[in-house]
Amino acid sequence: MKHSRAAIAGGIAAIAATFVVFVIPFLFIILMAFKDKQQSALRDFSWPNGFHLFENLYEVIKTRNWMMITAFINSSLITVVSVTLLIVLAAMVGFVLARRKTKWNGLIEFLILAGLMIPPAVVPTIWLLQGLKLFGTLHGMILIQVAYNLPFSIILYRAFIATIPRELDEAAVIDGARPLDVFFRIILPLLWPVTVTNIVVQSVGIFNDFTNPLYYLPGNQNATVQLTLYNFQSQFSTAYNLLFTNILLITIPPLIVFMFFNRQIVAGMTAGAVKG
Amino acid sequence: MTAAVAPALKMQRRSLYPGWFYLPAAVIYSVLFLAPTFASLYFSLTRWTLFDATFIGLDNFAQFFREPFLIQGLVNTVIYAVITSGLKVVIGMMLAVMLTSQIMARGYLRSVIFFPVLVSTIGVGMTFTVLMHPTQGMINQALALFGIAGPGWLVDPKLALFSVALVDVWKGVGLATVIYIAGLVAIPKDYYEAARIDGATKLQNFFYVTLPLSRPATATVITLSFIGGLRTFDLIWAMTKGGPGFASDTVASVIYKQYQAGFYGLSTAGNVVLFILIAVLVVPLTMFLNRKQGHE
Repeated sequence: MKHSRAAIAGGIAAIAATFVVFVIPFLFIILMAFKDKQQSALRDFSWPNGFHLFENLYEVIKTRNWMMITAFINSSLITVVSVTLLIVLAAMVGFVLARRKTKWNGLIEFLILAGLMIPPAVVPTIWLLQGLKLFGTLHGMILIQVAYNLPFSIILYRAFIATIPRELDEAAVIDGARPLDVFFRIILPLLWPVTVTNIVVQSVGIFNDFTNPLYYLPGNQNATVQLTLYNFQSQFSTAYNLLFTNILLITIPPLIVFMFFNRQIVAGMTAGAVKG
Repeated sequence: MTAAVAPALKMQRRSLYPGWFYLPAAVIYSVLFLAPTFASLYFSLTRWTLFDATFIGLDNFAQFFREPFLIQGLVNTVIYAVITSGLKVVIGMMLAVMLTSQIMARGYLRSVIFFPVLVSTIGVGMTFTVLMHPTQGMINQALALFGIAGPGWLVDPKLALFSVALVDVWKGVGLATVIYIAGLVAIPKDYYEAARIDGATKLQNFFYVTLPLSRPATATVITLSFIGGLRTFDLIWAMTKGGPGFASDTVASVIYKQYQAGFYGLSTAGNVVLFILIAVLVVPLTMFLNRKQGHE
């Protein structure tokens, strides 16, 4: 591509501006994670005096009886199981919703929109979870994540399934496929692109979720990564090197996802923007 | 299709798309989301200890509109939602126009603008709390290099809410930008071609072609960020905890504080207030944004 002189000047200005606004805060996090406690207390944008990343990491991970390990296990479990459930359940709903037109469709679509808009009623949910003996348990948290994130996943699936011709289902039946096979063996594999989008968008969201574990998953043995970050801050109110090492550590999973699935994330998050 | 085959195929079609596919999702959604939402309507009218609830009518709501700090939370929530969604629309649109033009390093620009969307909100909040420190924060130190005395971003009660809103925009504008990019790319090139033949300037291009035709994207950005702004909790909690005083409290942070203090009925009333606030503001807003235009 050939650029005019004005375009080059504009480009350089844009690169410089975005560097200052968006990149420097991340560089700040990285630099702080390399510093020792004394230097990090200054909280300035300066080169680290020595290489302290590994001792900081060790310190962060072993604090509070290796809480970080527990937290990573908990967060990974919650993320993997709830995303798996979300995908299967949302695909089933999206499939029937897109294919079968009944008088219920209007109500179901209203409930989906309501789920996207209405903030969850916190204390009644806690009361209910306690009644079901699910409060403060990982499976309770998983079910909550499924319930809260279903509407978004269903919308993604329904839009995609609408683009798959209905004749395919009927052809499969004529070829002797049993009804359930049609969904699980023919439709579900075809949904792979939107499934990847779903996996990526929902796992980032659930992994980064702070509010719901704060309410529904109290207790140190139940810590999730976002909550450990919080505990660390109060404990090391002056140890900024450890705080920022912790921030750096929990930024790595989204960074990896971003590097490999950039396209799917953008596709998922912009779904519905162009319609109308 | 002959008369004999039709009912058979209809039967088959029914089992092809079985109604029970709704069931597992419906159970989880109803029990964990719908039931508490309906229960909140009742519990918001009670003094509640989780074990026993005393009906007190609309007292909780009366308190919500009597206590100055609760009213402030309500006002703050609306201000926050308006500022964040407004800025995301304007900046997101500008960035998207820039990123769909023939600019160099497009991939780099798009990545750095979008990446904060994926980062932990609490991590971002804590980082900016350090950067916004009035004397030792990097932002004010950088401003001092240019001889500007930076404000007390998070410690000045008049400014705290706006500072948090700015960080929200920093973190969320990438999403607005990619939504706008998707919208701009979908505008047929013919319109620009026609505008060029009519001798339109770049500015006219933007105001008479790009802006009206990217309306669906604008609707999405406003709706998403407005709802998100009204519900916002984690960023506020990570940065100011609603302080100084109650200066940056929002309804969501009030709900959490009342829950922590054990006022479960009042906390639930906060939930209902937030629910009504969203319904009253967002439903007309989306209807206005998605209304069909005359020439379509």
